[in-house]
Amino acid sequence: MADPRLPAPPAEPLPTSAVATERIARASRVRTLLPSMSGKLLTGLVIVGVIVLFGLVAPAFVQDPRDSGNPALLPPGPDHLLGTTKLGYDVFAQLAWGTQGSLFVGLVAGVVSLLLAVVFGVLAGYFGGVLDEILTLLTNIMLVIPGLPLVMVIAAYVQHTEGLGPLARSSFLVALVLGITGWAGSAVVLRATARSLRTRDYVAASRVAGERPLRIIFVEILPNLVPLLAAQLIFGVIFAVLGEAGLSYLGLGPTGSITLGTMLNDAQTGQAVGSGAWWWFVPPGAVIALLGAGLSLINFAIDEIVNPKLRLAPQAARRQRKARRAGRGIADDGAFA
Amino acid sequence: MNFYVRRVSFYLVTLWAAISLNFLLPRLLPGDPAAIMLGKLRRANGGRPLSEETIRTITSILGAEKGTSLWDQYLAYWGRLLHGDLGVSSTRYPASVAELIGAALPWTVILVGVATILSFVLGIAAGAWVGWRRGTWVDHLVPATTFLQSVPYFWLALVLVAVLAVQLGLLPIFGGYDVFEFPAGPEWSWAFVGSAVVHAILPAATIVISSVGGWLLGMRNMMVQTMSEDYVVTAEAKGLTPRRIRSRYAGRNAAIPSLAGFGIALGFVVAGSIVTEQVFSYPGIGKLMIQAVQGLDYALMQGVFLVITLTVLAANFLMELVYGFIDPRVRHRG
Repeated sequence: MADPRLPAPPAEPLPTSAVATERIARASRVRTLLPSMSGKLLTGLVIVGVIVLFGLVAPAFVQDPRDSGNPALLPPGPDHLLGTTKLGYDVFAQLAWGTQGSLFVGLVAGVVSLLLAVVFGVLAGYFGGVLDEILTLLTNIMLVIPGLPLVMVIAAYVQHTEGLGPLARSSFLVALVLGITGWAGSAVVLRATARSLRTRDYVAASRVAGERPLRIIFVEILPNLVPLLAAQLIFGVIFAVLGEAGLSYLGLGPTGSITLGTMLNDAQTGQAVGSGAWWWFVPPGAVIALLGAGLSLINFAIDEIVNPKLRLAPQAARRQRKARRAGRGIADDGAFA
Repeated sequence: MNFYVRRVSFYLVTLWAAISLNFLLPRLLPGDPAAIMLGKLRRANGGRPLSEETIRTITSILGAEKGTSLWDQYLAYWGRLLHGDLGVSSTRYPASVAELIGAALPWTVILVGVATILSFVLGIAAGAWVGWRRGTWVDHLVPATTFLQSVPYFWLALVLVAVLAVQLGLLPIFGGYDVFEFPAGPEWSWAFVGSAVVHAILPAATIVISSVGGWLLGMRNMMVQTMSEDYVVTAEAKGLTPRRIRSRYAGRNAAIPSLAGFGIALGFVVAGSIVTEQVFSYPGIGKLMIQAVQGLDYALMQGVFLVITLTVLAANFLMELVYGFIDPRVRHRG
């Protein structure tokens, strides 16, 4: 799939997933498939791009998110685009910093869990045998132990340790805990694919040629997993952003920094729902949902590349229907009607 | 038979791992939870010294016995556990952890159970339909489900409460039943059951709305794949009715992976429902967990975590048995 002779991916800074899809699309040389997926992919990229830009750029332009000098509980207006909180914080400013905080947690946790998933999934799938049995058992155990309660327990212990100082409740540590507990699902997917890849002729050939196992994994197996890795990274980021929001909402989130979850926690403790201050709790949740939806749309596009039936079957059905409408159909009320 | 032996042994190992994890977490992670917990208990007891028995229980759950090896602690831990002794809660002193969990568990199991089954059935039915109509306008609706899936459970709950309970006043805002009408707590009467059902509508709706998208999408994708299988083409060529093909040939086979993923999805639902319970102050296991974590009630926290894990394991195990019964290939390939 990912042929090293292919030209480099486009110069403009696209997210990893986009680069991955781009490359696969070219590698398979089926250019006709691009328009069919561009709708979803484009929407996803635009949504994610706008949110990432907002998180990166907006904090520089908004007022201090912890400036309590504003009037409390103002509804949205020209001075405060999204109103103010009970303590007079500007919600728009909080949202900008919160988006940045949540994206940081999501990315760190996503990368950590992807690395663990590669270690557990690809190693198990490639080597097989006893190592596979052990790694798969560990993966399956992690998979069935419910994630959030485990994260809550770990967070409750770690956050009340004196020795760690300010690190104990930093967003980095929250991201680390989320990453360590969220890799199992990806590992299962990667293992299955790695298992099927290791039986391919070219992998067997490089094994016969005496390549070291690690080199085979990095040079022969991993490049072929790129679309899957991108998809799993995206899942990891969604999972972590949602997980962080839940943890923070329960009061277990990072204390030093603002995230979308801590905003929701503030709204909860400030009785935002009861006092009808919808502008306080609706925006952070909406950003999370939009970010998740945008990332899932990108994943859709990746999915249709990894699994051609998803793309080809609806196309075939569409063609058939068009043909029938044009009077070239085979059956009048066939099963495809 | 081999399949069942394999599955039972896997779950036994997982059970052992979960319990050992529960044992190791407070001991391996930094900090001294036993000391914190004992301090909290002493304060809850009004400053009077605690009984020897209580101190022994807490140290065997949370660690920090002086001069005993980890292995002896492990054995003592198992001994406590097999007697059903999970210690005493400090936030709800002097109630025992087991009592508290016993009172909370039915609320969560019924709420999450009913909501999950509803969401599963709805999602599979809708997914089968959307997958059947592949290549039509329905396809454009599919991406919309990703939005539902990405909505944080508790945020959806907040929005539902704000609109339906606060603004319109249609449904109760919090609790598992009307505490003013039934000040003495739960009782067996139709009035109480009615009150409980009304209070469960919003939490259940939250769980169903935010989890139905996942089932729908999975089923739709499997349906699209199954529809291009040779046996479906054969069925069409034989001239079977579309309805029969849809339900007997494609739908049945497409639903199998969804059943296989049921257990894993359950973990997410449980996690989501913990936070949802906090929004609604629902008297279930999630609320208990949150209370324990916020009040640093480590004994209660350990106990609740154990019970949640065991319940999810049991549900997974049941689903796998059903799955093995439905799909003979799983039994043979192991």
